[in-house]
Amino acid sequence: MKARVHVMLKNGVLDPQGEAVRHALGSLGFDGVNGVRQGKVIELDLSETDAAKAKETVTAMCDKLLANTVIESYSVEIL
Amino acid sequence: MHAAVIVFPGSNCDRDLAVAFERAGARVSMVWHKDTDLPQGVDIIGVPGGFSFGDYLRCGAIAANSPICRSVIGHAKKGGYVLGVCNGFQVLTETGLLPGVLLRNAGLKYICKPVSLTVETADSAFTHGYAAGSHITIPIAHHDGNYFADADTLDRLEGDDRVAFTYDDNPNGSARDIAGILSENRRVLGMMPHPERMAEPLQGGTDGAPMFASLVDQLALA
Repeated sequence: MKARVHVMLKNGVLDPQGEAVRHALGSLGFDGVNGVRQGKVIELDLSETDAAKAKETVTAMCDKLLANTVIESYSVEIL
Repeated sequence: MHAAVIVFPGSNCDRDLAVAFERAGARVSMVWHKDTDLPQGVDIIGVPGGFSFGDYLRCGAIAANSPICRSVIGHAKKGGYVLGVCNGFQVLTETGLLPGVLLRNAGLKYICKPVSLTVETADSAFTHGYAAGSHITIPIAHHDGNYFADADTLDRLEGDDRVAFTYDDNPNGSARDIAGILSENRRVLGMMPHPERMAEPLQGGTDGAPMFASLVDQLALA
């Protein structure tokens, strides 16, 4: 079973990398980009076969290691 | 006074930190990250600068979950002293021993230069050797030193006199110019600048030396 985790900076946390990407897009002539936020996608290959249990385990992984919940939010998708 | 310096794969200031403690009169043990126990009778743990585990995932995140860090947390929870410098500060925030987090520098650049700091409090074993309000010059060398915490946490840190050092000319976007903070019991210090790189004249200055001298004095008494 595979799982996909999206980790994003929370709203209100400045994202200097996203800002730099926004500036670069503007200088390439892509107008009208009002904001860019950059995050991470983490794909996991799990031996678990029960989707509910997999989601529970991956959520625990997010809280313990994959995300820093002081600044980041995450979402878990079981594929 | 017995100091333990933790060594992670990618640590690169571990020996500098050990030398600074030794010159101040401490006995130093180096402890590998896979060890689970600290040497007997350790007074203070140094978590050094560097790029532990290549800064993969987030700076300090993987180190914070290494076997030795369980002992570091246990030591701190029992009232033991911990000094985290640069990557060590990042590790301590990831363990939850210190609040907040270190984000990418606001200017996105890695910055390596001496900076002027204000000593905000002399009320800790780390800063006892400085006069509160005095200015010292200590080098920084980081890409992710932009201190962030929510407004309540920042207010609490300031209100409880737990901001140890501030930048005189904020280089990285840190909230409230914060360069270093203390834990609630004032026995855990995390700071981005490197006092061990300004601890003897050959390094171009000695403004970092009073921290190690003060720790050795204060902890020898304890």
